[in-house]
Amino acid sequence: MRYLRLLGIQLRTSVLLSMQYRADFLLDAFIEVFWMATAIIPLFVVFRVRPVIAGWTFADALMVMGWFTFLQGVLEGAINPSLLTVVEHIRKGTLDFVLIKPADAQFLVSTARFLPWRAVNVFSALGVFAWGFVLLGRAPAPGHVALAALTMVAAVVVLYSIWMLTVSAAFHFVRIDNLSQLFSAVFDAARWPIQIFRGAVRALFTFVIPLALMTTYPAEALLGRLPMATLAGALAGAVIAFTLARVMWRASIGKYTSAGG
Amino acid sequence: MSLRSSARALPTLLRVGAYEALAYRGEMIVWMLATTMPLVMLALWVAVAQDAPVGRYGQPQFVAYFLATFVVRQLTGAWVFYTMNFEIRDGTLSMRLLRPVHPLLAYTAESIASMPLRIVVSIPVAVLSLVIVGSGAVTHDPALWVLWAVSITGAWLISLCVNFVVGCTAFFAESSMKFMDAWLVFYFVLSGYLVPIDLFPPALRAVVDWLPFRYQIGFPVEIMTGALTLHQAAALLARQWMWVLIGAGATSVLWRRGLRQFAAYGG
Repeated sequence: MRYLRLLGIQLRTSVLLSMQYRADFLLDAFIEVFWMATAIIPLFVVFRVRPVIAGWTFADALMVMGWFTFLQGVLEGAINPSLLTVVEHIRKGTLDFVLIKPADAQFLVSTARFLPWRAVNVFSALGVFAWGFVLLGRAPAPGHVALAALTMVAAVVVLYSIWMLTVSAAFHFVRIDNLSQLFSAVFDAARWPIQIFRGAVRALFTFVIPLALMTTYPAEALLGRLPMATLAGALAGAVIAFTLARVMWRASIGKYTSAGG
Repeated sequence: MSLRSSARALPTLLRVGAYEALAYRGEMIVWMLATTMPLVMLALWVAVAQDAPVGRYGQPQFVAYFLATFVVRQLTGAWVFYTMNFEIRDGTLSMRLLRPVHPLLAYTAESIASMPLRIVVSIPVAVLSLVIVGSGAVTHDPALWVLWAVSITGAWLISLCVNFVVGCTAFFAESSMKFMDAWLVFYFVLSGYLVPIDLFPPALRAVVDWLPFRYQIGFPVEIMTGALTLHQAAALLARQWMWVLIGAGATSVLWRRGLRQFAAYGG
């Protein structure tokens, strides 16, 4: 309960902070929407040549694209800014101020900063879903929507855990901004259904960097063809990833020695 | 700030830049690894071409195309807008203005200096392409290779000018970084980086032929993989260099205007 209130306060400060830069907000929102629209061009070209690729039609693939857009909004709006702040803290040694506060440090650093305008992506995602279902000529079944939402929760948890692990790495390497670049580059591959990739690449994107869990599984759930076993695996994966991230964070904090103001 | 003194300083500038690139090699290699997009597109298109070729592209052609894309992106990369933006904002540009070398030339030298490291990274990819696809991966016409060298230079110059123009906007606008984001959106989609240009719908293709983006990546790749005849390549080369000139013109106008209203803060 206390943490909910804390979250509310953190959110409010972020919103107030962003309200100062309204022109940026508009330009950003415009670029985001535009970026999303152009990102569909390759999808368009690919499916113009082949109506079905690895079992996915254009309309099906739009679901993957929708979840990708959604997750990108979550990543850039809620996860990325906070965790970049932690890295700043580590470098300057100001993490001390966070650590002495009477609340869980991981909670505090994870909610430190939100960029509310990235929520634009969430609306674009809804648009993409709508387009996909119009092409399919049906509405999504409520049960499938619920399943997809559940899978998405697992996806967000895994995404957050990966970021938390990266931040833990920052205690040792200090500079990780290019690691975040590397991650966004890899994350781009999540625009496409996992079935397109083969062999080692597919294994990599399923188990090591679970892109499949992030976009393909929620899309399959929304289309009503996600096997229950896969869903169970995804949820288990999320729990494991979160635990691992928590343990690593505790270990890193334990070893942290302030950089001397 | 005569041309001669600038030219004399060039070797030193290049050496300093090369050492700098070497000092931050770890960072630079991560940056390069972050340009793995062609490899993702490679996997995708190879899957698409599994049963039958797409246009003139079979699986080996796609492999050759996207590995060439990776190499061309490495060879034509320029990121000086970042430094420029930063220096204009915090006023360190005034230091550069005091030196007897034109700042734009200094930025150019920094960009060239990172080239050796980039070439080193590109070579394994180029070799890999030849191993996988065989010598059919690239053209055998020496004349085309000459044009390729010119087109690579042109592509790099266009990138550099875009960097300069975006860098110069820092003189006038607060959020100049956003302009680069906007440019990159077009650059990724319309340059042939994600989708070979000849697979675009014809209407879109006609537009793309006149835009600068294709000449930054797709065009050198097409020459390299033997997609163009000598005649076609020469015609497109003219359009590419038209964009180089436009870029250079825009840079010089914006630079002069910007400098006039540049006031260094702090110092």
